[in-house]
Amino acid sequence: MSENEYILEATNIVKKFPGVHALKGVDLKVKKGEILGLVGENGAGKSTLMKCIIGIHPPTSGEIKFDNIQLNKFSTSDALNMGISMIQQELSPIEFRPIMENIWLGREPKNKAGLVDHKQMFKMTKELLSTIGMDDDPKMLVKDLTVAKQQMIEIAKAISYDAKLIIMDEPTSALSGNEIAELFSIMRKIKEEGKSIIYISHKLDEIYEITDRVVVLRDGEYIGSKDIDKIEVNKMIEMMVGREITELFPKVKCEICDVKMKVVGLSSGKKFQDISFDVRKGEILGVAGLVGSGRTDLIETIFGMRKSTAGKVFIDGKEVEIKSPADAIANGMAFLTEDRRLNGIFPMLSVKINIIVANMNHLINKAGLLSTKMVNKKSLEYIKAIQIKTPSPEQMVMNLSGGNQQKVLVGRWLMTNPEILFLDEPTRGIDVGTKAEIHRLITELAGQGKSIVMVSSELPEILGMSDRVIVLCQGRLTGVLENNDELTQEIVMQYATKTMS
Amino acid sequence: MNSNNSEKLSILKQILSKYGIALILVGMIIIMTILKPESFPSGKNILNILNQSAIVGIMALGMTLVIISKGIDLSVGSVLALAGVVAASLSQIPEASIKVFENLGPQPIVIAIMAAVAVGTLAGAISGGLIAFTGIPAFISTLGMMTVARGVVFLYTKGQPVSKLSDGMLFFGSNVFGVIPVPVIVYAIMIIITAILLGYTRFGKSAYAIGGNINAAEVSGIKVKRNIVLIYIFAGATAGLASILFTGRVASVHPGAAAGYELTVIAATTIGGTSHSGGIGTVWGAVVGTLILSVLTNGFTLLGIDPYWQQIVQGMIIVGAVVLDMRKNAKKA
Repeated sequence: MSENEYILEATNIVKKFPGVHALKGVDLKVKKGEILGLVGENGAGKSTLMKCIIGIHPPTSGEIKFDNIQLNKFSTSDALNMGISMIQQELSPIEFRPIMENIWLGREPKNKAGLVDHKQMFKMTKELLSTIGMDDDPKMLVKDLTVAKQQMIEIAKAISYDAKLIIMDEPTSALSGNEIAELFSIMRKIKEEGKSIIYISHKLDEIYEITDRVVVLRDGEYIGSKDIDKIEVNKMIEMMVGREITELFPKVKCEICDVKMKVVGLSSGKKFQDISFDVRKGEILGVAGLVGSGRTDLIETIFGMRKSTAGKVFIDGKEVEIKSPADAIANGMAFLTEDRRLNGIFPMLSVKINIIVANMNHLINKAGLLSTKMVNKKSLEYIKAIQIKTPSPEQMVMNLSGGNQQKVLVGRWLMTNPEILFLDEPTRGIDVGTKAEIHRLITELAGQGKSIVMVSSELPEILGMSDRVIVLCQGRLTGVLENNDELTQEIVMQYATKTMS
Repeated sequence: MNSNNSEKLSILKQILSKYGIALILVGMIIIMTILKPESFPSGKNILNILNQSAIVGIMALGMTLVIISKGIDLSVGSVLALAGVVAASLSQIPEASIKVFENLGPQPIVIAIMAAVAVGTLAGAISGGLIAFTGIPAFISTLGMMTVARGVVFLYTKGQPVSKLSDGMLFFGSNVFGVIPVPVIVYAIMIIITAILLGYTRFGKSAYAIGGNINAAEVSGIKVKRNIVLIYIFAGATAGLASILFTGRVASVHPGAAAGYELTVIAATTIGGTSHSGGIGTVWGAVVGTLILSVLTNGFTLLGIDPYWQQIVQGMIIVGAVVLDMRKNAKKA
């Protein structure tokens, strides 16, 4: 080949974080004028790989060549200058500044006096926005835009760098049908100009519509690359999820009795709409769906952390009104949040205090003070019952392993004696051994007649643990599936990628 | 409530939230004009208020940049004192009985000004450098600088006030240019410089970006560390410049001078609507916030109210202003 047909050649990229081997020698090549789809399950390493390419995380080892130039130790601004720009999965606007300053941040046009030329910037923004079909006032503050428009601003910004390679990480997660169509026509225009795009999405129908070729990653490894017209959707899903299930899911069959909680037509603004399901005593209900499908929002709404805009919740056949987590707890609910560090753990406090903190009202002595004796007794009881591995109850929680931190949280909620337990990603970031213990704990709880609603991104976990599975896609319920022997990861994935039109 | 009323109410709310702080200042001025029609609105008194505002006002301009970038600078009071004693020590006349430099005559005022600004710049560079390159919180870095700078002041002066200063120095404290006091002119020039810096340079836009979303600033290719150092240098420089006005006014810099000024400066900036959560703030807010405090002091003096009340009211205004701002800046649902 005379000219190099590849704009980007990343070879044998390894990225290790403390305790995590995120990329295990991945290759990625992008041709000039190509839209490359990058697919894989959550945690497959897609975002990490992109962050290596854009200079946010330097790879532990491996080689990155861009436009025939070898890149060593480069910063994000180097990458931008070379012609790589990225639309991040998490939006990163500066909310209280106008649209135009967000777009031209760090490269504002200057007038002859060397000062920022606002008129010129306004004009440039107006022109740029019109190329993507937006006519918003460039002086509007970004905080006053809808999330979809904020997303379009990010896209406009990426285009404005005049990049040779644009990385789009889940750019459509906040966009509606029309906006997606608009984005795709922009993408085709970019491609016609000989520029390349890496397109990351969980929505396989979009991958089929817009990309030329896909690369599949799984567990930080390169699985394969196929031209999009030469791969069937089932084959692609198999490549994505085809890992061997090595973890043990000690599912104990327990008697499933009456309906404990019934949710009817629940909606919360744009997050999710019209969701109905029920969960019975002793049942483990798996909630599957991709990131952004509204899984967590659904649980948070039932638990009173978000406002519902429509719908009802019944417990034991009676309608309940839950306006705050305190109401939820009073109704026998408990919620193990997805992000332990953000919403759950007090890292600097002891294991003991972390366990009893939601239950202090019951540990008061006659003088109205917290009874040290009762605190010690109760916390020790739970440490033993759920086998928290800690040198002493006084140990700071931050010094425990992730799995044991999770157990501390489980202990905290069990102390409130809940009847309905919501678990959001209960084993994320937890080592395999502890994982199995937590799974055992969950099934034991179900065995005691508690109702469990478990959100998980890991399909093997959903299939291994649940009695039934509900699947969400883009804020809608797309399936309620009995977990019998015929239910496979592929089937769940199909429901989870069923884009509503 | 009928819809017409609620519509009016929402318009009122909008006006209040847009001009809230300025309206408070206007309200205070109106009240004072009604209560003291002869003394308050006179040209002399208004110039007096502006004159009294200059020192805190100039430092509030620097503080505005710092707080916009989601930082804080607790050292400006001590740095003012240090810059002040350095400038004063270079301006002592031969008749002075206690001198910092025994055989040094009064230097040209330009040298004293440059020295004061250099002291402020150096202090700012150290605080900012520590924040940017070690990652310690601004509160800690500048708390350290506040204590160290005060210690250096005492060491430098051996605990003695620095007095008997040259006419050139005194010019900056009390002289008038036509009818306008020199400090007011210096303040006005600094307002213009800061307004340009904040609104019309990449440096200013970067300060907003760093305070608004430091990750976004980083991925947009902004040199975050460098800009943080520059922001604290600017704040230090404003303290250095303010020290000249201070020295000229008091004519004798005591080593304990300007203690607690940092809190007045932070108060003025905060009242002016600069948000401690970063990314929000204006030069005009800093000016209005400073003037509110000055009008308050002036008004209480004219009305003969116990000055202790002033502190109580000032505290309430600080909290009230922030409550008002948080409502204004709440995200639209």
